Amino acid sequence: MAHHGLTVPLIVISVFWGFLSFFVSWFIPKSLSRVVIITILVTCSICCCLFWLIAILSHLNPLFGPQLKNETSWYLKHHFLEEEDMLYGTSR
Amino acid sequence: MGSMFRSEEVALVQLFLPTAAAYTCVSQLGELGLVEFRDLNASVSAFQRRFVVDVRRCEELEKTFTFLQEEMRRAGLVLPRPEGRLPAPPPRDLLRIQEETERLAQELRDVRGNQQSLRVQLHQLQLHAAVLGQGHGPQLATAHTYGASERTPLLQAPGGPHQDLRVNFVAGAVEPHKAPALERLLWRACRGFLIASFSELERPLEHPVTGEPATWMTFLISYWGEQIGQKIRKITDCFHCHVFPFLEQEEARRAALQQLQQQSQELQEVLGETERFLSQVLGRVQQLLPPAQVQVRKMKAVYLALNQCSVSTTHKCLIAEAWCATRDLPALQEALRDSSAEEGVSAVAHRIPSRDMPPTLIRTNRFTASFQGIVDSYGVGRYQEVNPAPYTIITFPFLFAVMFGDVGHGLLMFLFALAMVLAENRPAVKAAQNEIWQTFFGGRYLLLLMGLFSVYTGFIYNECFSRASSIFPSGWSVAAMANQSGWSDAFLAQHTMLTLDPNVTGVFLGPYPFGIDPIWSLAANHLSFLNSFKMKMSVILGVVHMAFGVVLGVFNHMHFGQRHRLLLETLPELTFLLGLFGYLVFLVIYKWLHVSAASAASAPSILIHFINMFLFSHSPTNRPLYPQQEVVQAMLVVLALAMVPVLLLGTPLHLLCRHRRRRRRPTGRKEDKAGLLGLPDASVNGWGSDEEKAGGLEDEQEAELVPSEVFMHQAIHTIEFCLGCISNTASYLRLWALSLAHAQLSEVLWAMVMRIGLGLGREVGVAAVVLVPIFAAFAVMTVAILLVMEGLSAFLHALRLHWVEFQNKFYSGTGYKLSPFTFAATDD
Repeated sequence: MAHHGLTVPLIVISVFWGFLSFFVSWFIPKSLSRVVIITILVTCSICCCLFWLIAILSHLNPLFGPQLKNETSWYLKHHFLEEEDMLYGTSR
Repeated sequence: MGSMFRSEEVALVQLFLPTAAAYTCVSQLGELGLVEFRDLNASVSAFQRRFVVDVRRCEELEKTFTFLQEEMRRAGLVLPRPEGRLPAPPPRDLLRIQEETERLAQELRDVRGNQQSLRVQLHQLQLHAAVLGQGHGPQLATAHTYGASERTPLLQAPGGPHQDLRVNFVAGAVEPHKAPALERLLWRACRGFLIASFSELERPLEHPVTGEPATWMTFLISYWGEQIGQKIRKITDCFHCHVFPFLEQEEARRAALQQLQQQSQELQEVLGETERFLSQVLGRVQQLLPPAQVQVRKMKAVYLALNQCSVSTTHKCLIAEAWCATRDLPALQEALRDSSAEEGVSAVAHRIPSRDMPPTLIRTNRFTASFQGIVDSYGVGRYQEVNPAPYTIITFPFLFAVMFGDVGHGLLMFLFALAMVLAENRPAVKAAQNEIWQTFFGGRYLLLLMGLFSVYTGFIYNECFSRASSIFPSGWSVAAMANQSGWSDAFLAQHTMLTLDPNVTGVFLGPYPFGIDPIWSLAANHLSFLNSFKMKMSVILGVVHMAFGVVLGVFNHMHFGQRHRLLLETLPELTFLLGLFGYLVFLVIYKWLHVSAASAASAPSILIHFINMFLFSHSPTNRPLYPQQEVVQAMLVVLALAMVPVLLLGTPLHLLCRHRRRRRRPTGRKEDKAGLLGLPDASVNGWGSDEEKAGGLEDEQEAELVPSEVFMHQAIHTIEFCLGCISNTASYLRLWALSLAHAQLSEVLWAMVMRIGLGLGREVGVAAVVLVPIFAAFAVMTVAILLVMEGLSAFLHALRLHWVEFQNKFYSGTGYKLSPFTFAATDD
């Protein structure tokens, strides 16, 4: 499995929502509903970004792990090849 | 529409309408739909108003229209929709419309009457013909033999020689349900002296009035004796039978039958002609009625509006007061100028100051209308207070989606809404009358956004029809756990449940980049993890939403010039809310960041820390999250509690001081509050309005400030806010509860329906055939239970969260809408 961190997803998501809310807002054509559209974009970015952030923070440092049935464990152990094993050719 | 953030400026205008042009001016205003008339004759009853005669004429005309419409409906014709623009006709045209309509109605009535009587006649003839034509064979045969029938008495009846043995006949028709009773009565009354035979007509005849086919029973009674004859006639009269003359001779009967048939043929021709004429009249009605209806409706509306105007002292013009948006004032003046120029007079409109609260006007387009509708259902905002609708456009679908999160269900909802949106301009869709469809169709943009956000939260919850997907590789490695803990296959066979330990190196490789790790959907203890995650998420979202609400109140205070409330209300409220519940959010996030699996056994419990914070106590087993935690917590609690008296007494004391200062100032000084419409007469809690208006605008009047009222209102507000903080934060836990319910229902449906179906049978044939009904059941239950029921439930709870928890921080909703005088509502 690839080693996941917090930094790469954080940067990607922030850039995406930031782009959507700040950058795109400049290009909304001047019409009667320009301000409302910008409000919509900003609110949407804040809500979605916050929700994603809560989700990733909650399992950044898990205090306990999943409890699996033995069949599931067996299947995951044998058939779910990890990237590391594929990279380093570990045999089991 | 940048004015969606608060109501537009609405001004009170006074219109001077010269009598000659009043009708056309008001008619033009109705076409434009700019102003809302105020009733200046409220004290006058409806019967004493100026234009009551005209209104009554219109109403009578409408009655005639209703009669004509009913006739059209009876004939099965449909009225076409009126085409083009139909302005309210001038009063002299009313007479013409009235005459035409009356004439058509009278013709229609005459023709209908004729048709009715012709049909009754035809029915009689047909019945007669049927009775004559009916064969009552055996009876007729026996009747011809004198006394040689089985029924004649073997002995001479005591009646003797003057017994009349000539057989007479009574023939007629009776309704089938009365026939047995008739037969029984005849037998009891005239037993032995008559022979009655009943037979049913094969062909049902049309009832003349209702047009329904009705069957008849014909009877032929052969009797002898005058008195018997009289009895029989009385009985048949009693039963309302149709009795026809019956001739004994066969040829005479045949001749009569032929004559009857000829007569009925002629009658049918006449009837045909009548019906052709009727359809002609109906055609004329069809052409005349729709535009006339629209015109008369408009005329009546104009007269009702004119009734609300007062007459000037010189009786030369009508004075009207109306609410009009400031932006529309030029259009209003132009319209008045144009329509009165035709008559050669001029109508004018100018603004006047107003003491009453103006109505609220927020212009929306078809996208924002449904969201504004949600907000307005709770209460229309006070004039110029902050409108929650533009934020609701996103937060409402978002909170719905938090409770509904599932990619599959969200996608279905999105596609359904997309179909409605793309087809919205089709006339078939617009003309649908089904109420439930109309409800869904009206909320199509709402459903669109709800579906879209549900797809997003579904990806975060990692649920698609309750199945998780591994878009990225999972962050948990079973192989590492197995290798390091010696999980051989034999070991696995012995132990049914094994837990992955994040402390072991290589087991937990990092957080899943987007959402919840898919391994949790395979875990038996996934609810333990998810519950903790969702509860904390609910509290965080709730505190953020409520803080946002309090911040929106800042805009209200600034707009109405009540800056003291920023310092005396908003600041204490924010401190209280964020000091207590913002701190809770901080604790949650701090624990997420700093407590890891290495210290999992002695992990501090946030709940116990929070409880101890309020009780100022200490649990030795619960280690602190960060140094000096108890000191910080004590300070926050003291600060929050200190805010309560500020909230309770701050504003009232400030107002009292200001009021006293103002009274001490010399009375000549005018306090010039900004013009006509900078009215600071709306405030969040309502009580301020009296004081503000009185103190600010009216320098002639004594400012009415009742201290006890002010203190009472502020006390209520304080208690509501402080207790509400706690209860509202807990209320946001419904986000957790409903998302849990949805996830569980979804999983049960999958496990009980689809998994069983997919697991049935090894042979390809059996599984494929069985899957068809199983999938049908799965689909039906998904739509019925998960989409409709859960969707409505989540909609309701998201609505409640907005209406109560969010809006009671800043929104009063005690205004009324500007409902302009317009014909658009009367135009179909």
